[in-house]
Amino acid sequence: MSRLRFRPRREVVCREAVELVTGYLEDALSQAQRRRFEAHLAHCPDCPEYLAQMRVIVALAGRITHDDLTPRMQEEFISLYRRWRDDEARDPL
Amino acid sequence: MPEDPDSELVSRVRAGDEGAFAELAGKYQRAMLSIARGYVPSSAVAEEVVQEAWIGVLRGIGRFERRSSFRTWLFRILVNRAISAGVRERRSVPVDDMGPVVDASCFDAGGTWRVPPDPWADQVDDQVVAAKMAARILAAIDELPIQQREVVTLHDVQGMSSGEVCAVLDISNANQRVLLHRGRSKVRQVIGSEFGRGR
Repeated sequence: MSRLRFRPRREVVCREAVELVTGYLEDALSQAQRRRFEAHLAHCPDCPEYLAQMRVIVALAGRITHDDLTPRMQEEFISLYRRWRDDEARDPL
Repeated sequence: MPEDPDSELVSRVRAGDEGAFAELAGKYQRAMLSIARGYVPSSAVAEEVVQEAWIGVLRGIGRFERRSSFRTWLFRILVNRAISAGVRERRSVPVDDMGPVVDASCFDAGGTWRVPPDPWADQVDDQVVAAKMAARILAAIDELPIQQREVVTLHDVQGMSSGEVCAVLDISNANQRVLLHRGRSKVRQVIGSEFGRGR
């Protein structure tokens, strides 16, 4: 029977923490990784700022989804739509 | 599967509402151009590919069965057109871009910050700064290497789930996360160099 060997868990250092940030934000870390990452954040003076910056990037990127089409492009899409509709009417599937 | 955010617009397009079609176009045109640009040699060709994709969408929308979200279906059509028009097909993370996301010189020998990140995250509370930042973020995303740009655009800008991104780009979840991680990290660097207090 093989025996589980006890390996003391080394703490996460900042250099490793920055590589875990995306996994953390995407909820893709294992429970153990997550715990170690959070334990590091709790006492690190700088990594919480790094994490906060990444959160800002993601939040602001998600805010810019909608582009208003220029009136000209709007017209082009409407005319594309009408051409398609007329084609369909002439030549239905 | 969570409800498709475009469900209502799709129904309206099917019912003959041209305004709903223009609305969908407004929502996705920019991201589509950005994605298409990654496959073809010029912006002009990318525009053609996007136009063809929209025509494909109109032709197929009556038969679209909603087994995936509309946007997944839309971007699949786009990527397929782009591949047949373009040059790129290989979709793995380039090995030359696998170093650490923060320069090793920022850490001491033990791995602790030697040059900690310049704080700027709290500036987002100022609406004016936040708007400026958002514009810079969008520009920084556009400058990312192609594969990172695709993933960040679809996931963070368009708000797709990881599953949707993987389905559109035909990549593994692990690959997707690596690209997202590297892309976001680069964007953070750009924003930090412009909005950090010390620079």
